[in-house]
Amino acid sequence: MTFFKADKLAIHFGGVKAVDGVDFEITEGEIFTIIGPNGAGKTTIFNLISRIYEPTEGKLIFNDEDITNTAPHLIAGRGIARTFQNIELFEQATVLQNLLIGRHAHRSGTLLANVFFLPSTRRAELAHREEVEKVIEFLDLARYRDQRIANLPYGVRKVVELGRALCTEPKLLLLDEPSSGLNVEETSDMAFWIKDIRDLLGITVLMVEHDMSLVNRVSDRVLALNYGRVLTLGSPSEVQSNEEVIRAYLGG
Amino acid sequence: MRFVFKTRYEQDLRLWRHNGDLIGYGIFLAALLALPMFAGVYYVGEANLWLIYAIAAMGLMIAVGFTGMVSLGHSAFLGIGAYTHAYLLQNGVPFVFSLPLGGLLAGAIGVAVGLPTLRMHGIYLAIATLAVALITQEIMSKWSSVTGGFDGLPVAAPDFLSIQTEAMYQGEWFSVGGLHVGWVELWSPVSLYYICIVVLILAALIARNLLRSPTGRAFVAIRDSEISAQSMGVHLAHYKTTAFGISAFVTGLAGGLFAHQISHLAPDAFNIFISIELLLICVVGGIGTIQGAVLGAAFLILLRSFIPIVRDEVTAGAGGVEFLAGLVRFVNSPGLEAAIFGALLVLFIVFEPMGLYGRWLKTKTYFDLFPLYKKSTFARQKSYVKTERLR
Repeated sequence: MTFFKADKLAIHFGGVKAVDGVDFEITEGEIFTIIGPNGAGKTTIFNLISRIYEPTEGKLIFNDEDITNTAPHLIAGRGIARTFQNIELFEQATVLQNLLIGRHAHRSGTLLANVFFLPSTRRAELAHREEVEKVIEFLDLARYRDQRIANLPYGVRKVVELGRALCTEPKLLLLDEPSSGLNVEETSDMAFWIKDIRDLLGITVLMVEHDMSLVNRVSDRVLALNYGRVLTLGSPSEVQSNEEVIRAYLGG
Repeated sequence: MRFVFKTRYEQDLRLWRHNGDLIGYGIFLAALLALPMFAGVYYVGEANLWLIYAIAAMGLMIAVGFTGMVSLGHSAFLGIGAYTHAYLLQNGVPFVFSLPLGGLLAGAIGVAVGLPTLRMHGIYLAIATLAVALITQEIMSKWSSVTGGFDGLPVAAPDFLSIQTEAMYQGEWFSVGGLHVGWVELWSPVSLYYICIVVLILAALIARNLLRSPTGRAFVAIRDSEISAQSMGVHLAHYKTTAFGISAFVTGLAGGLFAHQISHLAPDAFNIFISIELLLICVVGGIGTIQGAVLGAAFLILLRSFIPIVRDEVTAGAGGVEFLAGLVRFVNSPGLEAAIFGALLVLFIVFEPMGLYGRWLKTKTYFDLFPLYKKSTFARQKSYVKTERLR
């Protein structure tokens, strides 16, 4: 069975080939990292997987199903959650409300049940709250629970965004630069959490990351991209010592 | 200061935050109910207008405040609600059905309008909805078989308050309108006032229930970041249309009450200026809050009755004085209201973006934390880049 597979994935913006025939496969339970210089097409791959972009060519397979034509709002329900490079939280809402939106894919009940707040809606809300509280405990967010995002420091926002993705109960978690903007201590916390997410929650992680120490600590396999093409794929140390990768980063 | 100690998750699902809030709302409701006993009919009429505007603005708040969709078309929904209600009432449909039917038709048209226009954002959406307002007003004036055109449509009194009876007088039957108990006529501004309170409470409940349920959370998510709302599984088109439909429904309900308030419908009563007034209420009251609609409406009604008073005073006081002639001309210039409203809109956006309700919260927090209040508690910051380019 195929857990996740990108098959000759490509997207062209006019003449720019942002992603140009990328193949890779992720096995269940691994931490898979995509690295590459700026503009290599890493985030574009994420946007293709979350179906914000329409691929020009290629296929996306998830859990043996073709998700190349799945509507973007159905991706979360399929079990793929993501975070964003520039934090896309709901700023005027509290941490709790943000995490509850993560439960949206699991909601039930009709509009009218919501308008009248019927007992069924109340029960569902309490059940969602239980799930959200598990994530709050896992990520140690309890003291920020009722704070609005706009009042929180950057590092905490990163964690909240991770929590919101976890609330969707994903099978595959896409992390777009989880350590960007974090200090050394927060980055090391993030590394522990990424490992815990895989080891304790059994969620497969696909991440884009620039911080090589974090990549080395958590990744099972690393894919190096440049100009939308695969340079190499292998263990972190293999990829780091690869000639082409060094040339892509240092020039020459 | 008060610390709300929470022991059960259900406490976060309550309609009020703590029992102190409940006392506050109780006092407010009691004052509302008691108002007609102290105030004259004129003031009850003004209060009706206040409540009706509050309901209409609550509808608009669902679109603008919760979901972040600017609409200048809500005068149309107010009008659709008003005309539908008046037309049905005239044709013998009982009040308790015709009022919600007016809201439902407004909501249905809101959905129909929303389907094509809600792909747009910000200023483009405002222009599209502006077109809806103008077209609707045109239809109201041209479709005279239903709306009465420029002659207007008289609004009948609610059936349950005005049983038509016939009386024999000197050998002929006469229709006697109005239900009387003793000397008190049941249909009056006071009875409309109480109907308005009931509808206001219903509208507030709808809005509050939405906000604490998945649907309302999806609205707020769309407002703050469409792209991540979508990634969390929110179907953007579906929820935007839903929000717009509910918004138009609530404003349509207000329209039915508005019909009674002005008692004779004419297309001019639903011009674009009403939309701007409703938007002003939302911003001045506090965007995104239910209480804001009530506070903002009170502000607008007070301002509207205050402007003529100032105008008369200035004209009377400075009428003969030579060097004040310019001032007199200024206060009597047409369109002064619109200019003042526009200026207020800008001033509130710049200096008090959280509106009157925000000011109330700040004052409350000030006394809660005295003397440790920090101004920065409510400071808004926007230092992180949003992924707007994906729109």
